[in-house]
Amino acid sequence: MTKTLTITVNALTRVEGEGALHVQVNGDTIESVRLAIYEPPRFFEAFLRGRKIEEVPDITARICGICPVAYQMTSVHAIENALGIRISLGVRQLRRLLYCAEWIESHVLHIFMLNAPDFFDCHSGIELAEHFPDQVNMGLRMKKIGNGLLELLGGRAIHPVNVRIGGFYRLPTRDELARQLPDLRWALDAAVKSAHWIAGFDFPEFNIECELVAMKHASEYPMNEGEIASTRFPSIPVDRYEEYFGELQVQHSTALQSVRRDSQTPYFLGPLARLELNHGNLTPQAKKLFQDICPPLPLRNRFHSIIARIIEVVHAFEEAIAIIESYSPPSEPFTEYKSHASRGCAATEAPRGMIYHHYEIDDRGSVVSSKIVPPTSQNQLQIEADLREYLPRFLQESDETIASECEKLIRNYDPCISCSTHFLTLRLERT
Amino acid sequence: MNLLQPPPSKKRLGVFKFASCDGCQLSLLSCEDELLEVAGKIEIAHFLEASSEIKPGPYDIALVEGSITTPSDIERIRHIRQQSKTLVTIGACATSGGIQALRNWGDHEEFISCVYTNPAYIESLATSTAIANHVSVDFELRGCPIDRYQLLEVLTALIADRQPRTPQHSVCMECKRRGTVCLSITRALPCLGPVTQAGCGAICPAYDRACYGCFGPAAQANCPALSQHYLATGTPATKLVHALRNMNAGAEIFQIESDRLERGSPER
Repeated sequence: MTKTLTITVNALTRVEGEGALHVQVNGDTIESVRLAIYEPPRFFEAFLRGRKIEEVPDITARICGICPVAYQMTSVHAIENALGIRISLGVRQLRRLLYCAEWIESHVLHIFMLNAPDFFDCHSGIELAEHFPDQVNMGLRMKKIGNGLLELLGGRAIHPVNVRIGGFYRLPTRDELARQLPDLRWALDAAVKSAHWIAGFDFPEFNIECELVAMKHASEYPMNEGEIASTRFPSIPVDRYEEYFGELQVQHSTALQSVRRDSQTPYFLGPLARLELNHGNLTPQAKKLFQDICPPLPLRNRFHSIIARIIEVVHAFEEAIAIIESYSPPSEPFTEYKSHASRGCAATEAPRGMIYHHYEIDDRGSVVSSKIVPPTSQNQLQIEADLREYLPRFLQESDETIASECEKLIRNYDPCISCSTHFLTLRLERT
Repeated sequence: MNLLQPPPSKKRLGVFKFASCDGCQLSLLSCEDELLEVAGKIEIAHFLEASSEIKPGPYDIALVEGSITTPSDIERIRHIRQQSKTLVTIGACATSGGIQALRNWGDHEEFISCVYTNPAYIESLATSTAIANHVSVDFELRGCPIDRYQLLEVLTALIADRQPRTPQHSVCMECKRRGTVCLSITRALPCLGPVTQAGCGAICPAYDRACYGCFGPAAQANCPALSQHYLATGTPATKLVHALRNMNAGAEIFQIESDRLERGSPER
């Protein structure tokens, strides 16, 4: 007898933005897995048209409250590339510092408040704190120190105000930055301690082959610059991104899904991809941790993302300290420029993976068109493919268990659904 | 402790999201020093971003982030209103429609086809509107993003059953208090500080740039007078239109003024 079962389970929780998952099961066969993104579109690409390029970083920041720096940085780089603006070395270092601060703030939030609770069957970071008060308090303090650095450099941690085309509105003084050093050094130690704690978690085994994609730079761990590297294909320059990666619209999602154009296959972005492709450029303590606690390459267990994330936190604290110790303010906060009709693109590494922007500008310095591809929409198809592989382990369990295990897997990707979405529920159909 | 009195029960908090960037909810998680303390004083009944434990209403306090952009949003906010004793909107999206309210000046159908190859799959309203346009709101906390100290003030006030105290005056007052040189006077920059509500701490002028109005209009903001001053000192009208049409474009005073500037109509 065939029985159809439709179950509505809770909305996807402890991710940024709100999401849902639809699963259809026929006996032992999984018919379809759909990560549904229902967020009403906010039309950024449409209303950026006609705005002056100077307004772009303030507007694109509003795509996401969790990683506004990634949107600001990608848009200013793309516009600078279009106009041929060369930023000073000092500004480049401060931009890396800003990016370090965002990685710290976003990764630490994800590790302690969103992801770690799963390894102890806790509902929230607040509940986790009842069992591990020292570790969670240490995490909250690390996050505060990351936010402090963002506030100093960006004016505030959410939607920073200090980023502009060509550089910054105001440069921090050497003293202002140096005052952060004692906290940053404490935080570096705390991050190393946390890494050893996290490495001891009980990780489910879930290794399936896929293509990892991240930026790669000759001499540094990638944030703002580099080529686009892959575990399956040779690297390409960023301006060929659209030749190799395309977007599809599917009925069940308002976020476009990304695929490789040639094979129509998904690919996987984020800290695991960055670490696998760039571990040679980690800072010393982060590199030592990579050798001591990181599972052997290739890194394919999605549940190990939290290890990659904490190694990147250590890297970010170390690099932030190094940048501040060698900081001398550039002569000007920003490079002057003249606008002209042009096109340009850029990719950077948001905490949750590579993000791509492309702009066309007219001769009066207004935006003609833009294309913005957030990391979560690029990971969407991979998440669906992974769930399809992961689900058979739980099909005999209760619907509640299945839902909870799917959610746990999804949290490893640190999806930022707010970048494109909001209101979703999980539905499981058995026939 | 009086053993005959039952302990006061904790107030139940619900945090809800509509079209938004999640930044205002994140402000609550960014209260690192106070988070665990606040969490101990209230019961977090519904906060999807922070907890997988979801409890049904009613709620004593509902914090609502985001704007109304779909037909189902309208149903959902009505339901949340029915379930909530005190409803507080947090952030520019919830209080004035947010950055996505820029669609209110555009061709919605054209916007959809600009982004999507299959517009038929997309369900959204032609407007993005504030929560107060749909249900009654007990308190509005401004900002894009909100200021976390103001959020803590709102929460502690509501826990203590008193009215939250947040300023209604303009950013200029905060600038003076901070000792920042006025960019409008010294460098003729079109600063929105005089018409923008305080609360951010006057960050932008302290970072050497003009205020771009992310806290929305201050009480008694006189936008036409400010426009007249900037137009007279050489700022193009389109620049002022863009300045007013940002995160708080849907706030009535900014909307009226940006429309007036766009029409080129004389001051009322």
